[in-house]
Amino acid sequence: MLTTQNRQFLEFEKNIKEILDQIEETKNLAVKNKTIDYTPTIKQLALTAVEKRRELTSNLTPWQRVQLSRHPDRPYALKLIEKMSTNFVELHGDRNYKDDKAMIGGFAQLDGETMMFIGQQKGTNTKSRQLRNFGMANPEGYRKALRLMKLADKFNKPIITLVDTPGAFPGIEAEERGQGEAIARNIYEMFKFSVPIIVVVIGEGASGGALGIGVGDRVLMLENTWYSVISPESCSSILWRSWDKKATAAEQLKLTATDMLKNGLIEEIVPEPFGGSHWDYDETAQILKKYIKKNLTELQTLDSKTRIDKRIERYNKLGHWIER
Amino acid sequence: MSQAESTENKKNTIPLYTPKPDGNTPLWYQRPRKNIVTPTSEKRDTPQGLWDKCPQCNLIKLTKDLEANYFICPKCQHHYRIGSHDYFNILFDNKQYEPLFDNIFSKDFLGFTDLKSYQQRLDDIYTHTDLKDSMRVGYGKVLGEEIVIACMDFDFIGGSLGSVMGEKFARAVDVCISKRVPYMIICKSGGARMMESAFSLMQLAKTSSKLVQLSEAKLPYISLLTDPSFGGISASFGMLGDINIAEPDALIGFAGPRVIKETIKRELPEGFQRSEFLLEHGFLDFIVSRDKLQAKIHQMMVLFKN
Repeated sequence: MLTTQNRQFLEFEKNIKEILDQIEETKNLAVKNKTIDYTPTIKQLALTAVEKRRELTSNLTPWQRVQLSRHPDRPYALKLIEKMSTNFVELHGDRNYKDDKAMIGGFAQLDGETMMFIGQQKGTNTKSRQLRNFGMANPEGYRKALRLMKLADKFNKPIITLVDTPGAFPGIEAEERGQGEAIARNIYEMFKFSVPIIVVVIGEGASGGALGIGVGDRVLMLENTWYSVISPESCSSILWRSWDKKATAAEQLKLTATDMLKNGLIEEIVPEPFGGSHWDYDETAQILKKYIKKNLTELQTLDSKTRIDKRIERYNKLGHWIER
Repeated sequence: MSQAESTENKKNTIPLYTPKPDGNTPLWYQRPRKNIVTPTSEKRDTPQGLWDKCPQCNLIKLTKDLEANYFICPKCQHHYRIGSHDYFNILFDNKQYEPLFDNIFSKDFLGFTDLKSYQQRLDDIYTHTDLKDSMRVGYGKVLGEEIVIACMDFDFIGGSLGSVMGEKFARAVDVCISKRVPYMIICKSGGARMMESAFSLMQLAKTSSKLVQLSEAKLPYISLLTDPSFGGISASFGMLGDINIAEPDALIGFAGPRVIKETIKRELPEGFQRSEFLLEHGFLDFIVSRDKLQAKIHQMMVLFKN
């Protein structure tokens, strides 16, 4: 768990930081001055901190949600898998080129039931961020994911994907090895698996890079995440020809979980602890686990043929047009 | 004497051109008047669509000659960017085909506004062109073999993939399955349509799911990639052909060259993301020039046939 000292705060989280600092100061006072009982004060301040966190998330602009989804303290795929499952065995490699560290996956058990977890992984410090390539997978990452999904399908285990990427990596080598083809192949194959697939956006859901592991029977989003065809920054630079319109772009793109649910693009929003999932990893994982299990139980009542048909139907009804 | 007056005087001292009676040493090399200015209203441009200049080698050709040469530059073989109208004329026998789903139009569902509103963008295009959206579908014969061809129009918001293209694609697949004919797509697009946000992203999944059905029906699917084919196109149906083919020297890729350059902060190699590069790296079956396209598609259809 994060301690107060090594927490990082976003601009709009500053008032929470102030209260946490006050708590620290009071604790120090309590150590120095044993005659006065500071416990009620600390308790009161702790309650205020929680209240501030609640206030914060109830009232955020789309751009602030984008910032929360990228919070440096946010729990990433491996952390959530560790917190909600047992018996996790990470599997590596695409069997063709190499092991992409930006994409992780492996079998794990959720209350005794085995399933395949796949997700993009970000790093927690400078070194590991580079190792994970900031959660931007290369073609071998998508091919590794496909290999693991095929493995799950073969042994009849449900697939849970945890989406958290600023996009598929745009590099020379990525193009040489067919970034487009790798993503396209995954999207295509994910319509054929007979096992249930649940997709959860746990952070950033940027474009094709997200959809490359994002086709499922159910798509859920954590409360403070986003999902869009392009990142607000890139959208701002292309359409407004300036980097300063990212907040406007974030509004226009209707990328928050609330908007996505309203537009019928996802099935459910998974609530986060007050203030965002970075405040409590355990709670986040427990809520997520509950939602995955509930959706899985519903999906398992269908036979695989019906499930595939419904999956195709789900995506085919997405879109708006006029017929004249 | 001020500067202005001095120039005025000089101007007057330049002798006006008068031809000499004996015809020798005319003063033609002296410019009689400086700065001949034609008012903008009297300037005449060459009429649009009569001549075309090759963007590669600058060769100027009559458009009708170019058309007869499949819009390929006779000097440098550059393939001009053309739209669905021209592709259908090149491919279908006697330029005859049945247009499908021309009644589907884009809708500004999200009320998206950047510098212009999405609806305004659409209206502008409707007034300036006769295009109805970024893709048209035609059903006809290629050297006697029936086929459904869907072709993108780059002039319609960069050939972007939105709900309309997704729906037309899906219905085209349904037609192929019910008529048991092959499906061909001609890609020319910058990627997904940003103004439809997540809806446009979901078209990648929608179109790919239809290809699963087409594949189960054991019908051929040919993807022709032309200049340019990027983003959502290459990350979905563009790269999912039973055969993927391309026109020569077309730019094809997932991320655009500018984005890659900004990310990696170094120059891109010569020929990067060109058709020949993709063929070399194993993502294309072959490259076909436009004059041989019809014959090649027919040949493939015959080979696929049971």
